[in-house]
Amino acid sequence: MQLITCPWCGDREEIEFHYGGQAHVAYPENPYALDDEQWAQYVFFRDNPKGPFAERWVHSAGCRRWFNALRDTVTHEFLAVYEIGAKRPTPENTASAASTAQSQEARR
Amino acid sequence: MSTPHRAPGHGRVDRATTLSFTFDGTAYTGHPGDTLASALLAHGVHHVADSIKHGRPRGFLAAGAEEPNALVQIEVPFPEPMLTATTVELYDGLVARGLSGQGRLSTEPDTARYDTMHAHCDVLVVGAGPAGLAAALTAARSGARVIVVDELPEPGGSLLGAQELLDGAPATAWVDAVVAELGGLADVRILTRTTAFGHYDDGLVLALEKRTDHLGAAAPAHVSRQRIWRIRSRQVVYATGAYERPVAFDNNDRPGIMLAGSARTYLNRFGVLPGQRAVLFTTNDSAYPAALELADAGVEIAAVLDAREEVPEHWRTACAERGIGVRAGHVVTGTSGIERVTRAHVAAFRDGRLGERQGVDCDLLLVSGGWNPAVALFSQARGTLRYDAGIGAFVPDRAPDGVRTAGSAAGTFTLSGCLADGADAARQALSAIGGTGGTITLPTPSPLPDGAPTRVLWRVPSPQDAEDGSVQFVDLQRDATVADVLRATGAGLRSVEHVKRYTTIGTAHDQGRTSGVMTSGIVAEALGVDVADLGTMRLRPPALPVAFAALAGRNRGELFDPVRVTALHPWHVEQGALFEDVGQWKRPWYYPRPGETMEEAVLRECRAARTGVAMMDGSTLGKINVQGPDAGVLLDRLYTNLMSTLKVGRVRYGVMCGVDGMAIDDGTVIRVAEQEFLLTTTTGNAAKIFEWMEEWLQTEWPELRVHLTSVTEHWVTIPLVGPRSRDVLALVAPELDVDNDSFPFMSWKDTTVAGVEARVCRISFSGELAYEVNVPAWYGITVWKALVAAGDAFGLTTYGTETMHVLRAEKAYPIIGQDTDGTVTPQDLGMSWVVSKKKPDFVGKRSFTRVENQREDRKQLVGLLPVDEHVLLPEGAQIISTSEIPAPPVPMLGHVTSSYRSDALRRTFALALVRSGTRRIGETLYVPLDGRTVPVTVTEPVLFDKEGARRDG
Repeated sequence: MQLITCPWCGDREEIEFHYGGQAHVAYPENPYALDDEQWAQYVFFRDNPKGPFAERWVHSAGCRRWFNALRDTVTHEFLAVYEIGAKRPTPENTASAASTAQSQEARR
Repeated sequence: MSTPHRAPGHGRVDRATTLSFTFDGTAYTGHPGDTLASALLAHGVHHVADSIKHGRPRGFLAAGAEEPNALVQIEVPFPEPMLTATTVELYDGLVARGLSGQGRLSTEPDTARYDTMHAHCDVLVVGAGPAGLAAALTAARSGARVIVVDELPEPGGSLLGAQELLDGAPATAWVDAVVAELGGLADVRILTRTTAFGHYDDGLVLALEKRTDHLGAAAPAHVSRQRIWRIRSRQVVYATGAYERPVAFDNNDRPGIMLAGSARTYLNRFGVLPGQRAVLFTTNDSAYPAALELADAGVEIAAVLDAREEVPEHWRTACAERGIGVRAGHVVTGTSGIERVTRAHVAAFRDGRLGERQGVDCDLLLVSGGWNPAVALFSQARGTLRYDAGIGAFVPDRAPDGVRTAGSAAGTFTLSGCLADGADAARQALSAIGGTGGTITLPTPSPLPDGAPTRVLWRVPSPQDAEDGSVQFVDLQRDATVADVLRATGAGLRSVEHVKRYTTIGTAHDQGRTSGVMTSGIVAEALGVDVADLGTMRLRPPALPVAFAALAGRNRGELFDPVRVTALHPWHVEQGALFEDVGQWKRPWYYPRPGETMEEAVLRECRAARTGVAMMDGSTLGKINVQGPDAGVLLDRLYTNLMSTLKVGRVRYGVMCGVDGMAIDDGTVIRVAEQEFLLTTTTGNAAKIFEWMEEWLQTEWPELRVHLTSVTEHWVTIPLVGPRSRDVLALVAPELDVDNDSFPFMSWKDTTVAGVEARVCRISFSGELAYEVNVPAWYGITVWKALVAAGDAFGLTTYGTETMHVLRAEKAYPIIGQDTDGTVTPQDLGMSWVVSKKKPDFVGKRSFTRVENQREDRKQLVGLLPVDEHVLLPEGAQIISTSEIPAPPVPMLGHVTSSYRSDALRRTFALALVRSGTRRIGETLYVPLDGRTVPVTVTEPVLFDKEGARRDG
């Protein structure tokens, strides 16, 4: 049972969360400017990388807030969690995100 | 009864107390502290059962959890199959019998309690032997929160089964002192009779605590029998010890053949002499204390056979002092005896060749092929293993973060080494989490002269003509032999994982503790590869069998899944309603009168709704309160129709779609105030739709100023339905102007119903004149009873979900999830009218114009009237175009989604999704049923009151 760090609640067991698929897939600005194939890309197609992947998660059995996470799909390790609307962390500030999580833990 | 095999002055059993038990129909006695195995051995009973495949007599190979034979079925006090006699603590009144591999599940319910505990700690120490105790004390002295788990009834581990001294005193004195100090610390918890069986992500370790198993029938009913500990630890130290490994030789499975260390345990922990005349066959130093201690306790040691050429002088001397002859370079090649070993066949073994054989009479044959670190949990934690050629075993290599091994689990086999290793592992664990302090003074064991290396020997060549190894057993429980392993490699298998599955070695209750590494060794020899390259079988949780009852804990029976009931539930029960499960809800299904069938009851309820007045409990409808300046904007984006234009006081029906354009839910929306809406969802979809709305609000449109609140349970909702519903409502809501002009269809009013503040909506899910009375849940039963009383004069009938379904189907109101399956658009449902043409965009709109969604041959919702009006089509039935079923593959046009018997139509009818259904109206199609086909006429979906005159009146 993995622990996932909710940005608002801290470390909680994974059963409290629901997965929301790939992050940073915005609703198209103007859906009617897209042809069927482009629209289908938005509706049906998602990336499936091996390695770090930006995903959406929701703390459904907790604060019910959505957040983004950078997770390694090979090790399942959460490299960073960040708020909806924030930029995807780069490898450099991934480390700082991890240390933020640690300092949060230290405060508790 | 005499117990001739007890050694005076040995063991930790309480000989002042006698326990009675029965095994295989014979009465025996034992003492507190015994296991079933030790008590049987004290009576000279070695033969436990016959093996599963070959029916060969089997006894005790070991003294603990690694035992591959010795499975027993407990009969009294409670039937329980497949426990190892070596881990069943003896209690008074125990009745057990030996098992040939397979047990029998109890046919009576288990009334014992099971429970779950959650615990958190800084350092979890698994194993309370010398390494574990040194680790625990080191960690505890730093102030860390420490949990120690150990499978035995008391801490001490291997020290309980040995005669070593620490600081010149029996080692148990040191154990007692450490346990006393740990016991005095508030942040330390020691769990005995507790086995860690699984290591999961982020330091979660699951352990099984057996709390009252050892008490038998005397177990207090209020104490849980077993409980699962879910321990979340920051650091784990696995001080899980090691398992002794046997060597394969001919007929190595007879009762009386035992691991040397286990015999030592029987002597020192239980005061039991497992034989009178023993032969020891070893490949290493560790077995010598067994021979010496047994000799000192009165066992005649007929011979010590050491496979090595070099035997350390101090062991030779110690043996000579006791008159024990040591034969270097010798092995056991086979045995004689049926129910019990009677003779060991021995021979010199040099340069791969066996010398001349000799027989040595014995009733106990002790074997030691070295020791395998107990790495199951470390391995589960994704720690990697490395083959140590010096000891012929796999030892921990790279440890994952937060996980450490110590003592013999790490491949350290001296007592001083184990103690130091434990303390060291704890210091590393503390340092990893910023802990400081934690120093202990390690006790000093009696000095031991230098030993000699182990000779790694998996198998002694068979001296018989049958060199195939067909009587050399590897996995005793699975009756798998060296021959079976060679058959696997002969068949071309190159991986131990494949060999495992081919031979079933390592798949029994003991998880191959005594056979796994031996298998690797034999496979490596057969393939001519290095064991280090071959590797060993992967170890997976659970590390020991765990009863489902324990895993379930309290989550059984009515606590397995929450049951949701409405505020009116007790009334429904009182009235004899039958219930239907809808999600977690219990909903009244129908209310049969005495002697009525379901069909009769539902027809009666439908008739009441269409001709008089009827009411139901609709409280389970999902209700979501939407508040904020942008509430209308949000609803406009999520519903297919326009909601922001809804006037306060009015109601609108709406459908929500996914981005793919498929309908996901429907319901009504009322505008409570300028900035407040209340919407309803399908009963089963309430949580899903709430999350769906939150998702869009939080992730896509966080700028919208809207709050969503689930208010499902706040309201009791009572649809009051039928031509006389207005009359009934007028009686209980005197302030309400109920005439059609003042209170038209699709409007709502706040008023007082039966003296309770209520919100009454004029909406209809039946097609009849209908009202929906909403009151705060606390007052639900008062209002419900008032409606029942007021309706009495009009023959008011209560109805359940079945009647609700019939009424709505007659009107073709779809149930999302029953009449749809996630591939159905509002247009497919014939509800283009609910899709706004004005709104520039809403979720799903763009997908409506996808080519796929424009196809003429999409499946559309239609009505079906069986030509024979008595035939009730089964829901899910397929629809075809021909009266004869053609040869497969049969082209399917669609399927029946809803099917009922209608009182209003005086016939059966159905709804169906049919390819190009709208164009087929009037056609005859066919439904295969019981080997024939039933003709059905395709109709418009709405079959009753198409104009809606009844509803609007």
